[in-house]
Formats: sequence, structure tokens, C-alpha cells
Amino acid sequence: MSTQIDDESEDRLERQTTEGAQEIHGSSREVVVTGGPWPDDELGDTMIINMGPQHPSTHGVLRLMMELDSEEVVRVKPVIGYLHTGMEKTGEELTYVQGGTNVTRMDYASPLSNELVFSLAVERLLDLEVPPRAQWMRMLLVELSRMGSHLLFQATNGMDLGAVSMMLYGWREREEVLRVVEAITGLRMNNNFIRPGGLAADLPDGWQDAVLDVCEVVERGVAEYDALLSENPIWLERTVGVGVTTTQECLDLSITGPILRSTGFAWDLRKAQPYLAYDQVDFDVIYTENGDVFDRYRIRLYEILESIRIVRQCVERMPDGDYRVQDKKVTPPPRARIDESMEALIHHFKLFTEGFRVPAGETYVAIESPRGEIGCYLVSDGSGRPVRVHVRGPSFYNLQSMSPMMQGALVADAVAVISSVDPIMGEVDR
Amino acid sequence: MSDDARENLPEVDAAPDLDPKPDDEVAAAVLERFAGSVFHSSHGQPVVYVGREVLAEVAAMLHDEQQFTMLVDVTAVDHLLDGERHCPAGVVPERFEVVANFLSHPRNRRLRVVCEVPADDPEVPSLTGTYPGADFAEREVYDLLGIRFRGHPDLTRILMPDDWVGHPLRKDAAPSRVPVTFKGDPSPR
Repeated sequence: MSTQIDDESEDRLERQTTEGAQEIHGSSREVVVTGGPWPDDELGDTMIINMGPQHPSTHGVLRLMMELDSEEVVRVKPVIGYLHTGMEKTGEELTYVQGGTNVTRMDYASPLSNELVFSLAVERLLDLEVPPRAQWMRMLLVELSRMGSHLLFQATNGMDLGAVSMMLYGWREREEVLRVVEAITGLRMNNNFIRPGGLAADLPDGWQDAVLDVCEVVERGVAEYDALLSENPIWLERTVGVGVTTTQECLDLSITGPILRSTGFAWDLRKAQPYLAYDQVDFDVIYTENGDVFDRYRIRLYEILESIRIVRQCVERMPDGDYRVQDKKVTPPPRARIDESMEALIHHFKLFTEGFRVPAGETYVAIESPRGEIGCYLVSDGSGRPVRVHVRGPSFYNLQSMSPMMQGALVADAVAVISSVDPIMGEVDR
Repeated sequence: MSDDARENLPEVDAAPDLDPKPDDEVAAAVLERFAGSVFHSSHGQPVVYVGREVLAEVAAMLHDEQQFTMLVDVTAVDHLLDGERHCPAGVVPERFEVVANFLSHPRNRRLRVVCEVPADDPEVPSLTGTYPGADFAEREVYDLLGIRFRGHPDLTRILMPDDWVGHPLRKDAAPSRVPVTFKGDPSPR
């Protein structure tokens, strides 16, 4: 088995470098998310079954109400809220220092994206600019997070479609990524490492080798998945032409991320509206034309490779300097100062018990998470706690694609569709 | 944190950057079409405050004439307890604010449309007619903040249980006072 993706398989994928292919392909279907309240009429020969919320292929606690005509799905209605824990309400009770611990638990498969978008929103209200090293460190961490998230997708997608060995391979490589994230941040998940004003700590000694090693491991893994699945007739049978959606449907239903890109619409906020240092690194936006389950699998597979490209550039070009902004209002004093200075101790105590004040205002910040556009709408009234923390979870909106994608599909294909949307219920229900 | 502690925090100068003249062409077009709209530049992002009765027309105009291909997000804010209300000149502040974020892919720009909603009649027109993707988001706003969207095809609770009383994200809702209830349990209230 080759350790590199060969040139031929790279050519199978259309790529974008600078100019995007952003032609909108029309749709003849009427776009309906849930329709009116139902069941509302005589069902006739059809029946309604519930899939979930405890179904193993629903990625947590997603429930789908499906109207079936024998084995064909007539319509489908996603029912969510089983994991609702009021995180936006909780966010209003927490200071801006504590807020990161809350938002990081929303999209638990790529927690660092949530921390980043929250931190960027707070920083915009504070009019803070973090130093270059902090920007590059954030980029490194978010891309590692994206690799982990897409590897998790490869694992669960394989399991849902019956390629159970794929599940083991995906988890295996993801674990390696998480090990590196743990070495850098101290935790595998829910890191709370990206904070308003920078990061919690500097990179540990020897991080370059650890990161480069994991890049190699994941690259080998991706080549393996590609060899295992991409031309596997059973896999193709289950995925090609299944759950087709179009660009117009995605735009109408506010669907972003790999699903939108699978319809031939190359839109990636990292390229279109660059944040951090994404305008200084070299990477491609992956997009395909067909909009089916296979394309969404393919896009996520190749996005892992693009993330590896970015991570390698981060290792190579990581600037020196401070990993957080030296603004006494938001930055705690260094640990060593606390031992020798009473003022530093008081400052540290005040910052972590009461937090800092943020000028009144509101802002919306959006970044590209592994699942699409994650946004944070933050409202401050000038006190130490936000008035409103709203997180626009990409999975929440992406779930709306279930209905158009599943219409006319078989029940077995419904599993493939759920899996290809890659919803994270923590982010859906918040 | 107690209220005393909150008062002892050092003051931070709040400088809302008010700008009555739109430097954003889309915002200018909205202002021209809909009298009474107010432009505001929020940290460099164009924001337009419109009357709630024209919200759906503004969305239709953005979609049909200004190439705003996606309604990225709909949410709302309850300003009941705000210490300092942040509102540009010319806008009559009300308790609720409904916030819609629009994105134009062809023009690569965003616009935020905000409308004030009074507490005694929390209702705005639904945007689902123009942007079907607002479906879930409007249900969420209805569920958590109790703002009704006129013309929504299925305005039901989406996150809270169907038999929940009240709207938890309102500032006068106190979820901690309500014992944990499960669907089917006799209600504590």
C-alpha cells in the first residue's frame, strides 16, 4: 500500500486555488424543510416511523420522523432538542474568561473552532489584535482540530455504511491527532486553550517533531482510506448518487461547509473572508460537482490533506514572539510574578473571579469550522458578562438538508445521508 | 459575583462608533427604499435597523435585487436587564431585538439587519418565504425567546420539550428555580 496519495488520485479531485468556481446550479425541486405540522392528513398506504433518538447511526440523539411508502422515504422531519442544556443561557452567567469553557463543549468534535470564534468575537468588541505567534498557533490548533474532526467523520461514516474496519482505522489516526493536541493544550477535548487575548500557554518543547510525526501518520492513514474505499464497488454502490443536493438548495437552506462545497460551489471562509493568517498560507479549497454522499466523503478526506499542508506551513513559519496580547486588562500576569508581587496576585485573582469588562456593543464573527460556517453573535452591555452569546452552529442549519436529500431515498440510504451531513448534536441543541 | 463586586470593576470607556452616513452601498439602498431605517457601523460591520413590519420586504429585496444568496443566521436578544443600552441614534429601543445576518456569495459581503420588537406584541414577519433556511432558526427564537414569526409554516418548539411553559432565554425566566422536569411528569407549576 502506498504511503502517498498518488498523482492520479489527486487529479480525480477538482481543486481551486485562487479563483473560485461559484456558479449556482439551479434546482427544480421545491425546497421544504419540515412543511406544516404533520402528520396532518390521511396517510393512506404510507406509515410513519421514528428513527432515533437512540439509533446508533444518528450520531447522538437525533430523531427523524419518516413517512415511508414501503421502503421509500416520502418525507422526513428532524426532531432535535434531546441534548439541549441551555448553553446560551449559561453563557450569559459566565464572565468572558469563563465563556470559553462553555462554548468549547458545543461542537465537541472540533472544540477549538468554537473557542476561536468566541475569542475572536470578544477581541473584536475589545478592539484587540493578538500577536502573530498567537495567530499562527491558533491556526495550527484549529487545523489539527479539523484533521481530528474529519478523521472522526471517516470513522463513523464507514461504520454507518457497514465498513466497520474503517471505524477502527479512523479512530486510530484521530487518537494520534488528539495525543498531539493533548501535548500542546493539556486536554484531548474541551481544551479551553484559545482564550480572549491569545492562548493559555506557549507551545511545549519539541512540538515540531510531534506535529510533523502526526502529519505523516495521518497522511499514511488517508492514503489507506483512499485505497480501501474510494474505488471499492460496495462503497460506491452505497454512496454514489445517494442523497443528492444542489447548490441552490444549499444556499436557500443556509447550508455551509463540505455539503455546500460538494455541489460545485467552492466557498470556504478561510479563502473568501480570511481570518488569522489564512491569507498567508498556501492551501486549496476542495470542491466536487455531484453533491452526493460519495462527494461529501471525498471532500472531507482531501480536506485532511489540505489541513496537513497548512499545519506543515505553521511548523515551518511559526513566528517568534508572545503567545498572548500584553494587555493588563485581559491578560493574567505570568505565574512567576504572582509569587513575588502582591499586586500581581490581586490582579490575577480579580481577572479569574470577576473577569474583565467589555465595551458595550454587538458583533458577529464567522469562521470555517470542519462542518461549515460557525458564527458567534455576541452582545455586551459594558459589564463583565455578555448579554447574549449566540453560536450559529453549522450542524443546526445543515440538518435542514435532511428533508430534500432524503426525499425518494430508501431507508438504508437515510443512514448514509445522516452520516454524510456529519451533525454534532452538542452543537445542534446547545 | 455579587452586585457590589460588579460595581467595583474598573470603568471601561464605551465608545459606540455611531455613523449616520452609510459607507455601505447595500445599506444605502435599504435606507433609500425603507424610510425610517437607520445605518450603523458596528466594529466595521454594516448593520441596518429596520422597522419590524418591513423585515420580510427587506429580506426579499436583499435576495432579489442585491444578490444576498444566504440568510446565515436569525437570532434575537432580550435587552430587559441591560445596564447600558447600546443603540444608534434614531432607533427607538424596545425590549427585544431580532437579528438577521445575510451573506452574499457573489459580492462576498455581509449585512446585518436588526429590528426592534416590543415586549407587549412580540411578533415579526417570517423570512421563510424568501429564505427557507430560516425555518429552524425562527423556531429556535420562538422557543427560547417567545418571539412569534408571522407566516412560519410550523412555528413549534424545537429545543425545549413541547409542554414547556415559558421561554428560557428571556431575562425574566429563571430556569434555576424550576426543578428538572421530564416529559410526561406532572408539571411542578
